Amino acid sequence: MTLVLNEEQVMLRDAASGFLSEKATLSHLRAMRDSDGDLPYSTDVWLEMVEMGWAGIAIDEVHGGLGYGFKGLGILLEQTGRHLSASPLHSAISISATLIDKLGSEAQKAEMLNKISGGSFLATLGLQESEVHKPASICTKAEKTPGGFCLTGSKVMVMDLHACTQIIVIARTSGNSEDCSGLTAFMVSNEADGISTERTPMVDSRNYGRIKLLNVEVQDSAVLGEVDTAWDGLSATLDIANIGLAAELLGLSEEAFQRTVKYLQERKQFGNFIGSFQGLQHRAAEIFAELELCRSLVLKALHAIDQGSDELPLLASATKAKLCEVAQRATNEAIQMHGGIGMTDDYEIGFFIKRARVLQHIFGDYNYHLDRYALLSGF
Amino acid sequence: MAELEVFRHDVRSWLSENCPKSMREPVKGFEDFYSGGRDPEIVNPDQKVWCDRMAKRGWTVPHWPEKYGGGGLSSEEVNVLQQEMHAIGARRPLDSFGISMLGPAMLEFATEEQKLEHLPPICRGEIRWCQGYSEPNAGSDLASLQTKAEDNGDHFLINGQKIWTSYADQCDWIFCLVRTDSSGTKHEGISFVLFDMHQPGVTVRPIKLISGSSPFCETYFDNARAEKRNLVGETGKGWTIAKYLLTYERAMISGFGTVQGKSLGDSAISAFGKDHSGRISNGILRQTIAQYQLDAMAFSATMSRVGEEVTAGQGLGAASSIFKYYGTELNKRRNELNLAVGGESALGWEGQAYNEGIVARDWLRSKGNSIEGGTSEVQLNIVAKRVLGLPSE
Ligand SMILES: Cc1cc2nc3c(=O)[nH]c(=O)nc-3n(C[C@H](O)[C@H](O)[C@H](O)COP(=O)(O)OP(=O)(O)OC[C@H]3O[C@@H](n4cnc5c(N)ncnc54)[C@H](O)[C@@H]3O)c2cc1C
Repeated sequence: MTLVLNEEQVMLRDAASGFLSEKATLSHLRAMRDSDGDLPYSTDVWLEMVEMGWAGIAIDEVHGGLGYGFKGLGILLEQTGRHLSASPLHSAISISATLIDKLGSEAQKAEMLNKISGGSFLATLGLQESEVHKPASICTKAEKTPGGFCLTGSKVMVMDLHACTQIIVIARTSGNSEDCSGLTAFMVSNEADGISTERTPMVDSRNYGRIKLLNVEVQDSAVLGEVDTAWDGLSATLDIANIGLAAELLGLSEEAFQRTVKYLQERKQFGNFIGSFQGLQHRAAEIFAELELCRSLVLKALHAIDQGSDELPLLASATKAKLCEVAQRATNEAIQMHGGIGMTDDYEIGFFIKRARVLQHIFGDYNYHLDRYALLSGF
Repeated sequence: MAELEVFRHDVRSWLSENCPKSMREPVKGFEDFYSGGRDPEIVNPDQKVWCDRMAKRGWTVPHWPEKYGGGGLSSEEVNVLQQEMHAIGARRPLDSFGISMLGPAMLEFATEEQKLEHLPPICRGEIRWCQGYSEPNAGSDLASLQTKAEDNGDHFLINGQKIWTSYADQCDWIFCLVRTDSSGTKHEGISFVLFDMHQPGVTVRPIKLISGSSPFCETYFDNARAEKRNLVGETGKGWTIAKYLLTYERAMISGFGTVQGKSLGDSAISAFGKDHSGRISNGILRQTIAQYQLDAMAFSATMSRVGEEVTAGQGLGAASSIFKYYGTELNKRRNELNLAVGGESALGWEGQAYNEGIVARDWLRSKGNSIEGGTSEVQLNIVAKRVLGLPSE
């Protein structure tokens, strides 16, 4: 069985849905947005998630995790998409913990992964430097100093920046700005001298940040793994992270779609339910079909992560591309089929389209991944 | 596990001895499948040899019970057989409406006598069946069919017209929807009967398709005779059987969406060249191919997922209702791309140089996929109403 959930996984899904529908709903997100608070999510709710083992769900048992694999994490992310629940599951777990696992020395892994599983340590990734995802295009420089490195550069779109104490900064230690080689990952404290951070709320009402690094001094021990060789681990992490983003997009799109179908069943015009109009019925049925394909791809990709499949890069790009395409269609149609009320902030459907576009953007959108998928397919 | 390996070994050596060389080559287009019958049109004598050998073992329909001519294999054994056939490129020995449509419906609704009489000849490829559903005025609205069956003692007298009856000119028997009662609603009073096509009351006239072949016919019944013992299910209760059979027909047709030919990407590179980064030099075409290929992959994954859900006892998931729609639309997209990539060579109609126009003919034939077995629009109606629960006007 690779594409269906087993009993344990079904229980996890139901438990997650139950928890989130009470503790981390769209109304919570709205309240957080309207309170102008600094934190991107509720710390109390996150601690409860940690208690349930979510922080270490994909981390192996040796490092304090649950060892449920990425299918487990994917199930959680899908549910956070349904409820639009804010949490650091992408930034700290799906991304940072994976990168530490891919690049870190045994000692680094032992130290940091255990803490992440236990909820006492949160790191986020500083990768992107320009408007769009170009992972090898890194200008942030790290120059060798006696006993360490000196970092200068800038990063944008750093997820949950204000909740994390450490930033994994991808910097160039050699080569030119488009090279895959010559990249190094550094663990940098967000309070280090020379670092300045700016909170950049995005359209999805979550918290992101920009960082400027000006001659930030770090020690040799801040290097995650080895100097100059971060690319392979980074690339593998991005594949996994994109599948995680796709899992959230799946939950989000299905929820937006189900709300829309419900509206079609309830709203009357011309003396009939609008859902009886074939012009809308067929569009809804097509989205249903596309969502079924999306579910299969997400499960296939999550399974491939857990199997260590060679096809992972191809599947990651396929899955992210497909989910971007369908999420865009489902959320656009959701607004259109709701008519005027869909445009109002009071009504909830608008939150889905906003979250979708940010998830679509992070680590490469439809255009990026369809292109990469074709390249990996040999054309 | 060990037993399955013994079985695999057995299958492998038997196949290597018994599958003729020419039957290890891919079928050449839609019309090159072997469908059997009393007097089959034989393109290549190996077809019959291969079919007869497989039928002896019950492997033309390996998952049906042995007493009905099948192989009585478990689903694991069927998998092994398919894998081993695939490994040597062996064709399916027999493809027919009897196997893909009538059989499943009879296994569910027919009496034991009816099954024993009709299923074994299907497995042996001796009797070829056609489907008498559509009429000139009953297509998508199938239940409004008017072909009449009049009670005449031990048999029915059938009068009326069917249309688009695939292979009616080559078939021996027909499973036919007829009206035995017109007093109730249109879904009531429909009966499901079987009768011999070789009788004076039956006339067929082939109709030529845009692809040049004539696989379907107009079929006229003028006092044709159907024995009462060949009524499947109760009189007037045929609609349930008809719909059940359609789910099998749709599953078969949607399988066209997963056919894998030569990679379109490779073909496009040979036709258009590539840039320094290895991308097909025409970016617009490249995008269309990538979109198609990605959807085809997601579709295959969905077929597998639903298969696993069934095995896991979760029932036929909602996803199955989209197969017919999505699979046939995908197949049409692929055929359009074959044309775009093939250019001049894909437009040829006759002659060796164009392989007798196989690309163009398959492309044209694919247009029928989203019509036969219920149109795409009808499938979307079904999803909207039955799966999404959207109201009727
Ligand atoms: C290659 C081929 C093989 C076939 N083989 C057989 C066979 O062996 N036996 C047999 O019985 N039949 C066969 N058919 C017939 C097939 O089942 C019918 O053609 C099909 O059901 C459509 O019916 P129709 O042709 O009358 O089209 P119509 O029903 O007239 O449809 C015309 C158009 O109107 C649309 N339409 C109709 N109703 C609706 C609606 N409610 N909502 C939205 N759109 C609608 C249709 O989707 C289509 O686009 C075959 C057809 C083809 C093309």
